[in-house]
Amino acid sequence: MYQYDQYDQAMVDARVEEFRGQVARRMAGEITEDQFKPLRLKNGLYLQLHAYMLRVAIPYGTLNGRQMRMLGDIADKYDRGYGHFTTRQNIQYNWIKLEDAPQILADLATVEMHAIQTSGNCIRNISSDHFAGAAADELVDPRPYAELLRQWSSFHPEFDYLPRKFKIAVIASDTDRAAMRLHDIGIQIVKNETGEIGARFYVGGGMGRTPMIAPVIREFVPVLQMVSYAEACLRVYNRYGRRDNKYKARIKILVHEIGADEYRRQVEEEFAHILTLGLEPPQAEFERIAGFFADPGLERGLADGYDRSDPDFAVWADQNTTPHKQAGYKAVVISLKPAGGIPGDATADQIRLMAELAEVYSLDELRVTHTQNIVLPHVKQSDLYALWQKLDAAGLATANLDLIGDIIACPGLDYCSLANARSIPLAQKISARFAEPERQRTLGELKLKISGCINACGHHHAGNIGILGVDRKGTENYQLLLGGSEAADTSLAQIVGPGFSEDGIVDAIETVTNVYLAQRAEGERFLDTYRRVGMAPFKEAIYG
Amino acid sequence: MKILTGNDLGSGHVVWWDGQGWSRHVNDAVDVGDAADTILAAEEAARRVNASYAISATKGADGTVRPDHIKDRIRALGPTVRPDLALQPSDPQSGNWVI
Repeated sequence: MYQYDQYDQAMVDARVEEFRGQVARRMAGEITEDQFKPLRLKNGLYLQLHAYMLRVAIPYGTLNGRQMRMLGDIADKYDRGYGHFTTRQNIQYNWIKLEDAPQILADLATVEMHAIQTSGNCIRNISSDHFAGAAADELVDPRPYAELLRQWSSFHPEFDYLPRKFKIAVIASDTDRAAMRLHDIGIQIVKNETGEIGARFYVGGGMGRTPMIAPVIREFVPVLQMVSYAEACLRVYNRYGRRDNKYKARIKILVHEIGADEYRRQVEEEFAHILTLGLEPPQAEFERIAGFFADPGLERGLADGYDRSDPDFAVWADQNTTPHKQAGYKAVVISLKPAGGIPGDATADQIRLMAELAEVYSLDELRVTHTQNIVLPHVKQSDLYALWQKLDAAGLATANLDLIGDIIACPGLDYCSLANARSIPLAQKISARFAEPERQRTLGELKLKISGCINACGHHHAGNIGILGVDRKGTENYQLLLGGSEAADTSLAQIVGPGFSEDGIVDAIETVTNVYLAQRAEGERFLDTYRRVGMAPFKEAIYG
Repeated sequence: MKILTGNDLGSGHVVWWDGQGWSRHVNDAVDVGDAADTILAAEEAARRVNASYAISATKGADGTVRPDHIKDRIRALGPTVRPDLALQPSDPQSGNWVI
């Protein structure tokens, strides 16, 4: 894992003290809320429905046991004993006091964490593949590239006031586990025909009120020029992105309006100019960063295989573990989606337990997934049973990865001031309706995603089944969408028809699954069947 | 009736204007008539409240005050999915009250 150098630590520590002074001046009335709001947002502090909410950055979703334990301690000490893991691989606390916020940031700084750039019109926390460094199918570990971009984008003065927020994802395998093409910039680390490693740039994707899949803007950029190319992409956006209309200010609108070819032409022109300035990082600096992500201590020569005699354990191991690049290991996904539970929520005790389990069983590494689960990336197969027993005792062994119970849901109207409808109660009802494990496994891979408003934090556009909550004359109403995917076969879900009440949408989903089971061919996932048969049979069954 | 709400500057707690100050309980809210802007300007300037605004609400025969919009009913109650964190966690009718 990357470790702060003196510059990283000095910048974060200085920012904490700066914010401490800003909070003191706000409390003393020396600055108004209008003056203070952009300052607190730059430090991840929002004002939500019930209190202040603090969003803490977890760069590319990676953290160690010490950091995870601190997240649990903060939940206990400053919040109400729990935290909420988000679809941006971050964590949010919902009950923060303004007067406590500087000390929370100071506590975070002691474990090399912060909340900088988790809000505002700047480059946000960079996300990545949650199996990075462990995935059997990755070309390289994408995190050194994400870290290079993190350092470039942190406090970047030119991109501190963009037309809108800006999100970057980096992956390094053909299996997209980061919704890469639904980001402002999606980067896939690839190898060119000469065997050189570099970056393929997708620009102009996003969800929100105008969902778009990012087109390829450049097939290959050498590694050391990646930052310069990103700079060119941002510079064109910063110059021409619309500032007159918040709803048309994201880069996807610019790329769409002028066209990918014209956007590419302008970026290439800017890129050629930037290359003359010699801003590329030295090879030695990239190698220094990459060194932090080298082998975390994986043992060689272990055999694949483990005792599967406990049937409950075997079900969990089959569902919630994935192949590891090193024989004898698995990456383990801890589901934060118990039947009837709140997606992404974990208690302080659960957070601390996961920290301890990472230290004991996963070479002191954890990952937060954009699907609101936690990964222990490096678990020996011989340790899986002992790990499962401890997870099971803590209510963390739900075997539903990528099944209908593994629901993404934004905080919705229960917490969020932007929301139009509640998301969590719907997720709870759906996961309770489909709680029976065998029923979920019979349905197979089925990704259900719920957003409480058009901003799409719950990724409803990318759900095999998506739900969008809307406000219809003061009453919650839910639109049903089908056919989305955020994987390598990215597609945008389409609205089926008129919306439903809360109970009506749960029934409609059950109808959808029944149509799927009746229509599916051998080996088809829900998405495969939908793409083959289209919307019509689902619509007919729902609306008659 | 027209009532005023906002968040306490320091704690962030949801608060309601009770005629003298700010209460955490919506049932303490009073009808401010046309005085909303004047009260809010003074209270914001005095840093007794943050992000304040006026809303419509209805007072029941039993004296309970029910904000007209669901968002403010949830603010008054707390997250509907965590009744243990609500101001009135023992009220079995709270879920229905929000809807």
